[in-house]
Amino acid sequence: MAAATEQIQTNSKLRFFESRTLRRFVRHRLAITGLVMIVGIGILCVVGPWLLPHDMLDINIRDRFSPPLTDTFIMGTDEMGRDLAARLFMAGRVSLMVGIAAMILSTLIGTVIGLVAGYFGKVTGTVLMRLTDSFLCFPQIFLLLTLAAFLEPNAFMITLIIAVTSWMEVARIVSAEIRSLRERDFITAARISGASHRWIMFRELLPNTIGPIIVAATLTIAKAILLEAYVSFLGYGIQPPMPSWGNMLNNAQQFLDTAPWLAIIPGIAITAAVTSFNFIGDGLRDALDARSDAQ
Amino acid sequence: MARFILHRLGHSLLLLFLVSLIGYTILHLAPGGPLSQYALSPGMTQAELNQIAERMGLNRPIPIQYLDWFTSFLVGDWGESFRDGRPVLSVISGHLFATVLLVVSSSVISIGLGTLVGVLGATRRYSAWDYIATVGAMIALSIPTFWFGLVAIYVFSLQLDWFPSGNMYSIGDESFLDYAHHLVMPSVVLALVSVAIWSRYMRSAMLDVIGQDFVRTARAKGLTGQRVLYRHVVRNALIPMITLAGIQLPMLLSGALVTETVFTWPGIGRLFLDSLGYNDYPVIMGVLMFTAIFVLLGNLIADILVATVDPRVRLE
Amino acid sequence: MTKVLTVEDLTISFGTGDSELTVVHKVNFTLEAGKTLALVGESGSGKSVTSLGIMRLLSPSQSRVQGKIVLHSDEDIDLLSLSESRMRRLRGDRIAMIFQEPLTSLNPVYTIGDQIIEAIRSHRRMSKRNARQRAIELIDQVGIPDAEHRLGTYPHELSGGMRQRIMIAIALALEPDILIADEPTTALDVTVQAQILELLNRLQEETGMAMLFITHDFGVVADIADRTIVMYAGEMVEEGSTETVLERPLMPYTSGLMRAVPKLETAGLKEGDLESIEGFVPHPDNRPTGCSFHPRCTHALAGTCDVPPVPIEDAGDGHLVRCKRWKTLQEAAE
Repeated sequence: MAAATEQIQTNSKLRFFESRTLRRFVRHRLAITGLVMIVGIGILCVVGPWLLPHDMLDINIRDRFSPPLTDTFIMGTDEMGRDLAARLFMAGRVSLMVGIAAMILSTLIGTVIGLVAGYFGKVTGTVLMRLTDSFLCFPQIFLLLTLAAFLEPNAFMITLIIAVTSWMEVARIVSAEIRSLRERDFITAARISGASHRWIMFRELLPNTIGPIIVAATLTIAKAILLEAYVSFLGYGIQPPMPSWGNMLNNAQQFLDTAPWLAIIPGIAITAAVTSFNFIGDGLRDALDARSDAQ
Repeated sequence: MARFILHRLGHSLLLLFLVSLIGYTILHLAPGGPLSQYALSPGMTQAELNQIAERMGLNRPIPIQYLDWFTSFLVGDWGESFRDGRPVLSVISGHLFATVLLVVSSSVISIGLGTLVGVLGATRRYSAWDYIATVGAMIALSIPTFWFGLVAIYVFSLQLDWFPSGNMYSIGDESFLDYAHHLVMPSVVLALVSVAIWSRYMRSAMLDVIGQDFVRTARAKGLTGQRVLYRHVVRNALIPMITLAGIQLPMLLSGALVTETVFTWPGIGRLFLDSLGYNDYPVIMGVLMFTAIFVLLGNLIADILVATVDPRVRLE
Repeated sequence: MTKVLTVEDLTISFGTGDSELTVVHKVNFTLEAGKTLALVGESGSGKSVTSLGIMRLLSPSQSRVQGKIVLHSDEDIDLLSLSESRMRRLRGDRIAMIFQEPLTSLNPVYTIGDQIIEAIRSHRRMSKRNARQRAIELIDQVGIPDAEHRLGTYPHELSGGMRQRIMIAIALALEPDILIADEPTTALDVTVQAQILELLNRLQEETGMAMLFITHDFGVVADIADRTIVMYAGEMVEEGSTETVLERPLMPYTSGLMRAVPKLETAGLKEGDLESIEGFVPHPDNRPTGCSFHPRCTHALAGTCDVPPVPIEDAGDGHLVRCKRWKTLQEAAE
């Protein structure tokens, strides 16, 4: 019986991959723009450092503060004469990795909490959702900085802290979805047929919430990249010499008058990467929403 | 109405309790916990530390310790700053004005501009304007506030010299105009993200309302287009926005911290960062709890406001 | 008899260019003072769109309304050639409308009084106090007790039937010449439905207004209408005095629709007498050639019914029918 209901559910499980959803996504101009942008940024960050003549750690005191397009320094150099382009690409690797890893972790936390809260309703659910609400009372940067100040600030820890402070939205979305699904016929059928809680939660309910989770996860990458940038800019995130888009801006303010490119270029990189993920998230949301066909 | 307010108040108090639990947990995450301030002083021996621990009641069971902390927290005893020994609450209130000034003026900008953009987007749906506003909002959401601040300083202070690059007033001036002059850039920078969010939500709230039957009734009554738009559509669309304003508060405070840093604005955010630099744990904890309470209060006020403007809510 | 509104060749389409869909096709009728005309049909037959078209409440950017809608007041006015601001002044004043969904048709954040007074004061220079007095009269007129008290209540505090009465009060506020009622009783309980119909009949006697009553329910038609038009797929398929249409329907669609209505009189009949018409109203972009109804018609004859044109014919006494086989079918029945 449980197998049979699962069979029925397989269809909606694969909803995202159905041609209609895919077609709506491909037709979404912004989403495709975002996808092209982020793939481009990704490739540059992976391949870029090999193509450039300078290592990101090479210090060229004589070439300090070279503006962009000076000799082989396409984006100029910083206060120590290091090649900005090389640093930007390496920083991109760090920032994107932190963003994606934090997304995976926070989505996992949020999904599990939302699933349990939504499925068990009553006491467990109420307690978990109130806990989620109270986490949302803290402004995220304040919470992040407090944790970062108490803990060793390395890339792993920053990822962990970002995840720990940004799972709430996914938890809310999942629990709301689960609560509405819980009363549906196929769940009742599975329950009557004696399926275990774990089976129902992970095999029946979870696959049906995958759409909203994917959307929220994409937008979480955007937020995580921004958060890393904020914390690193403020000096409590990724620590030099490891570059990240945020900590590259850390010193930029004091050289704003003489070397504005030090501030402008990394900021554009952050904005471009975050914009791409926001575009993709928007496209996914529209693509998964069957109503958008009518327009 | 009274019952409604009591209900919401109870809800907020429950959240306050949970918030305090989280706060207490983080406090104990600090290296050395509440003892850290003594552990850092030079020449402190372990024996002396143990003695202090006993005097502070740190060898009591954790729940007792928590209750002790929470009750003194409730009566306003938030500890003393490590830096200058002043009570945490008075340190915070000394920085409150600057943050409130910044947050309020930026909210005025974002609510005004965001509402306008949202209304225009909804009334001219699918127009070039609507498309630009949609894409623009998504990009605005993606710009790091601090970077936007840096660019603004570069353009409007360093290059054009229109506005000061930081601080809340010029020493020796401190007139209203001087404050206003200093306020422009930080409040606009802080408003950017909120304008984007506000305009998106306003647009979709407008579209929800425009499709409703009572708007058709209003038009069938022969009201002017303006009157239908403002009295029936915008007015109703603004109700969910009150809730949104409450929900957005934590984000606004996060943004304020970053903005205050970039513009050397003497608010709570700066206080917080400075305290982090000095490992001033009592102030760090105090600010963290203070912001959470600020958010709770903001949401409570939003709930009550919604109930006063939407007669349907009062009955529930 | 005084004509108050003449609709000539009213054609309404949505969309533009290649994707233009005609949902109402060459509809003609007149409304007379003190009389009620019913537009009957299934959902998708174009009857609601017709009423919104007359009110000019369809979005001008998404729809196209052609033909003539002439209001006979002091002079003849073609509503379709009016500027929006002149049309607005007529709307709610000379032509008023009530809708199917009383639960959602009132703005939840304003009191009943506000919403009635707003209607009055947007058309007449009147002090707030006088408008308030008028609102109390209206609430009283639509049969709600304790009128003065009701002014301060909010829509959600009233039942569906009460809210529909308020909608009627708003519509009657300026003593319109014409009231368009778009399925005003469909969402209500049967007993409340009867009360509302009775109220509308009474108000029509008191004010002498013309009524255009839109419904899918022949039971309601019998209670309220003087004349009846049956619509199908955007076209008029039968028109006549209500009595004639109900007793001697000529178009198979009309008789089919009537058999689909459960009625007290048919309750004793054996099973099978209550039947539904197979299939659905065709989508406007997929209209059958010839008679639009022929794919669902049990009497359809290949080579006849699927060949255009299918003109509307006079069967005598102003009884119009759009069916190529109405004579044959009538003879067979007799």
